[in-house]
Amino acid sequence: MGGLSLIGAGLAVIGAGLGIGRIGGSAMEAIARQPEAYGKIQTAMIIAAALIEGATLFAVALAIVVK
Amino acid sequence: MKVKISFLILLFSFLAYAEDKEQFNAGEVIMEHISDAYEWHIVSIGDHHIALPLPVILWDEGKLVCFLSSKFEHGKKFYLSYKIAEEGEHKGKIVKINDKGEIIGVPLNFSITKNTLALFLGVSLLLIILLSVARFYKKEGQHAPPKGLAAFIEPIILFVVEDIAKSNIGEKDYKRFAPYLLTLFFFILINNLMGLIPFFPFGANLTGNIAVTMTLALLTLIIVNINGNKTYWKHIFAPPGVPWLIWPILVPVEIIGIFTKPFALMIRLFANITAGHIIILSLISLIFIFNKLWMAPISVGFALFMSLIEVLVAFLQAYIFTMLTALFIGLAIPEEHH
Repeated sequence: MGGLSLIGAGLAVIGAGLGIGRIGGSAMEAIARQPEAYGKIQTAMIIAAALIEGATLFAVALAIVVK
Repeated sequence: MKVKISFLILLFSFLAYAEDKEQFNAGEVIMEHISDAYEWHIVSIGDHHIALPLPVILWDEGKLVCFLSSKFEHGKKFYLSYKIAEEGEHKGKIVKINDKGEIIGVPLNFSITKNTLALFLGVSLLLIILLSVARFYKKEGQHAPPKGLAAFIEPIILFVVEDIAKSNIGEKDYKRFAPYLLTLFFFILINNLMGLIPFFPFGANLTGNIAVTMTLALLTLIIVNINGNKTYWKHIFAPPGVPWLIWPILVPVEIIGIFTKPFALMIRLFANITAGHIIILSLISLIFIFNKLWMAPISVGFALFMSLIEVLVAFLQAYIFTMLTALFIGLAIPEEHH
């Protein structure tokens, strides 16, 4: 059972990696197009990344607690 | 170079603790380092443990019981029918036992534990720094060019007030919330950073303690909902622009949403800081798992690299916690017309 929950945690982290990667990539493109909006884009990027991270951490914490 | 070498020595001295003649159990050692304790372990030389004993304060059936945790002799002995439970439901807690060694109760525990002491240290350091900066402005005037410590702290305060509070809460109300946000930011930041310094009296996993992050998240929950205005509550209990037939589905979701936001804050800070400590300790544990000398520079190198990333994470997590709090406050006090 422990192994299965760890696989679940891994899957959650893969999802977060893809999600945060896309946010980062899009933010880079946006900054390249509009360098003057750097601050605003960065703020929005960090908020979005933090929200995804929150969902992932739920999954990982659950996977560690539920053995 | 000199700094680097002394840093390595510190790292080693910190983990000389993990040195064990028997089978080395990395998981156990790591859990011991990141969890709270009744004594502050400094170093072990052979079988001799050097630790700072901390006061144990118990409230047992209307009686106050105080003694130093050194009476437990590192968790091995019991004292006055109290001992630290080694296994079972109350593992790591102080329990009351009878003559046969059975657990007969758990007294209320107000002990100054390792994390509590780290909290006191962090807060006093913060007070010393920020009060001296405040004194500078009191003496020199609010618009004086900052010098010394003030020159270091002023940009951070301006960053929190302008970029976090003002841009998320709005021109009109941000000043009301700036003190809370500043307190939050500096509290999390200093405790994150102090947790990264690997020697006594630092290195306690304070912001990686779920009780501490829960207290911070609860404060945010209370402040957001006390200040929530009519529009905020209307969006929760009677979402405008939505057919009323959907309300039975949407309203419970919105109500759960009130609590999941601070809950995510709690889990985020706890998990990030604890994960950071676990990674660094695992890398150092590699030395004792491989039990070879050539492993030492590799693992210390990686640990140093991770420590530097953790400094970034310390700032980032303080920023994200403060920023999301400001965002939630901003969402709770929207303009009336829109």
